[in-house]
Amino acid sequence: MSDAMAADRPVLEAEHVTRVFDVSRPMLARLMAGEKKRMLRAVDDASFAIRRGTTLSLVGESGCGKSTVARMAVGLYAPSAGAMRFEGCELSAARRDAALRRRMNMIFQDPYASLNPRWRVRDIVAEPIRAFRLARGAAVSERVAELLVQVGLSAADGQKYPHEFSGGQRQRVSIARALASEPEFLVCDEPTSALDVSVQAQILNLMKGLQERLGLTYLFISHNLAVVRHMSERLGVMYLGRIVEMGKAEAIFSKPQHPYTRLLLEAIPDLEMVGRARTPVGGEVPSPIAPPPGCAFHPRCPLAREKCRSVRPETARAGEVEVACHAVAEGWG
Amino acid sequence: MAGGADATLLEVRDLVVEFPTRRGVLRALDGISFSIARGEVLGVVGESGAGKSLTGAAIIGLLEPPGRVVGGEIRLDGQRIDNLPQAAMRKVRGKRIGAIFQDPLTTLNPLLSIGRQLVETIRTHLPLSESEARERAISWLEEVGIPAARQRIDAYPHEFSGGMRQRVVIALALCAEPEMVVADEPTTALDVSIQAQIIALMKRLAAEHGTAVMLVTHDMGVIAETCDRVAVMYAGRIAEIGPVREVVKHPSHPYTSGLMASIPALDRKVARLAQIEGAMPRLTTIPRGCAFNPRCPKAMDVCRQEKPGLRPAGATMAACHLYEVENV
Repeated sequence: MSDAMAADRPVLEAEHVTRVFDVSRPMLARLMAGEKKRMLRAVDDASFAIRRGTTLSLVGESGCGKSTVARMAVGLYAPSAGAMRFEGCELSAARRDAALRRRMNMIFQDPYASLNPRWRVRDIVAEPIRAFRLARGAAVSERVAELLVQVGLSAADGQKYPHEFSGGQRQRVSIARALASEPEFLVCDEPTSALDVSVQAQILNLMKGLQERLGLTYLFISHNLAVVRHMSERLGVMYLGRIVEMGKAEAIFSKPQHPYTRLLLEAIPDLEMVGRARTPVGGEVPSPIAPPPGCAFHPRCPLAREKCRSVRPETARAGEVEVACHAVAEGWG
Repeated sequence: MAGGADATLLEVRDLVVEFPTRRGVLRALDGISFSIARGEVLGVVGESGAGKSLTGAAIIGLLEPPGRVVGGEIRLDGQRIDNLPQAAMRKVRGKRIGAIFQDPLTTLNPLLSIGRQLVETIRTHLPLSESEARERAISWLEEVGIPAARQRIDAYPHEFSGGMRQRVVIALALCAEPEMVVADEPTTALDVSIQAQIIALMKRLAAEHGTAVMLVTHDMGVIAETCDRVAVMYAGRIAEIGPVREVVKHPSHPYTSGLMASIPALDRKVARLAQIEGAMPRLTTIPRGCAFNPRCPKAMDVCRQEKPGLRPAGATMAACHLYEVENV
């Protein structure tokens, strides 16, 4: 394969990926009560591709399946159906190949839970370097120092334990660890949700700077649309396991098409809204165990018609973006 | 000003809260002063550890020991409530000041039906019979938007979703018809579309019942949409207080300006967010002078020596030496 082709190929590609979890009660209890198995479709037929050096964000409310996608993207979960490919290689195979596995990593939401409290920071950051045998001897500590400086800490901070850092600094340690294996692709699951806004700005700036310098590719998971707008080239909006709208972030923010995307954008409290009243859209996200038939959004949708209650909308191109909505497809939106 | 003649409902003056620890006394609130008028919504915003929740806890008399009020006073409608005995404070809390917390699951008793909890609260504070209280409970549930309230009144907290539970908590806080409500991060645990519903509900109820609200949150967007005035807290002090529009659009204190600029906006994209370097100091290492001086781009010599008090700065009040210099 030529280099030009490799550069064009998406780093990560999801093709009709579905993930189902068995949430039934224990077998005996279930049989005694005469219940059927209960399946939760956390991700339903999701397709996307992330180009090298760019950021794709997935946004949605709790239970929409965005974190499940993140976990599938690094191979922590296997898809129940469909295929997830990293650098053109099927993900479960890529995970077995140390050379490929090294090139992907993950940053988690809670920097308090994702760092081992008993390890010094230098050991936390050195672990991937040793595991992948990227350096040995004194070169390891040199590399650790370099990584710590890269994320805005000092080399001397390696001596400390995680509890000696603030939340923002801890997230910097997580980033240093994620970069230690020299990855090209990072999955970031709500990396700033646990942080205060002024610290969030520091971490987002750091992540953007690292992306430019190291040519990183991000899959960015968040519930905060303003953060997503700041970070991403492309955006997918998820609702109850489905990607309901997907396309260039600018296109979606300037002209949201799916009624759910519009609701989300409308619902966010914004500094520009000082003193303005609004009428919030009613209803709540239904249980993903028993999603509504047809379009899962129809009970809350102001545009819902008969067809939405029975026929599941297919994803179709609408202008610059792809939308799964009967109203948009048939022009009554 | 005579107490009760003006619209001021709650007045906090020079409030100091300290925590004695083995390594010395930590001053968590350091001279907080503000007031809330009847029917007014005051937002209190700040980063974790700034003391915003502690201010709320001090007002409702629920400071976690060993934390204690060591200075200043809190007056509700002219009457001091910070030095009341526990039993008297318990009467004030619930009857005159309601409370809404972040997590509706920990506020509600999981073993009692929501109807039972509402009826008990109503009967504790209002002279109503059991059946009258139950009717009142049902009308409150209807008012906060619980569908089929009459059928669901005997349901238990776990049978409701997060958003519905928070509606029940709001009903519980308001059912004794308090003059004031302290709401501590009431929408933080909720999804955005639900958050918008709860904010609208709180705003409507406060306006209809003339209830004063102190809304504690870290979300500036929520403050901007809900409040009349806002107090920005930093390291146990109020950095700036004023009408919400002025604080958001024309902040005076360098910390407020930095905070506003670091919030990613929905309506535009910038290459890089403005950021305030460093982090808020821990209580053990609060710098001398203005607590913000090590991070402040405009710090002067006096900032490292003297604590600034609140003083007029444009249309707001700011605790910043910049405004002293200009006014002299």
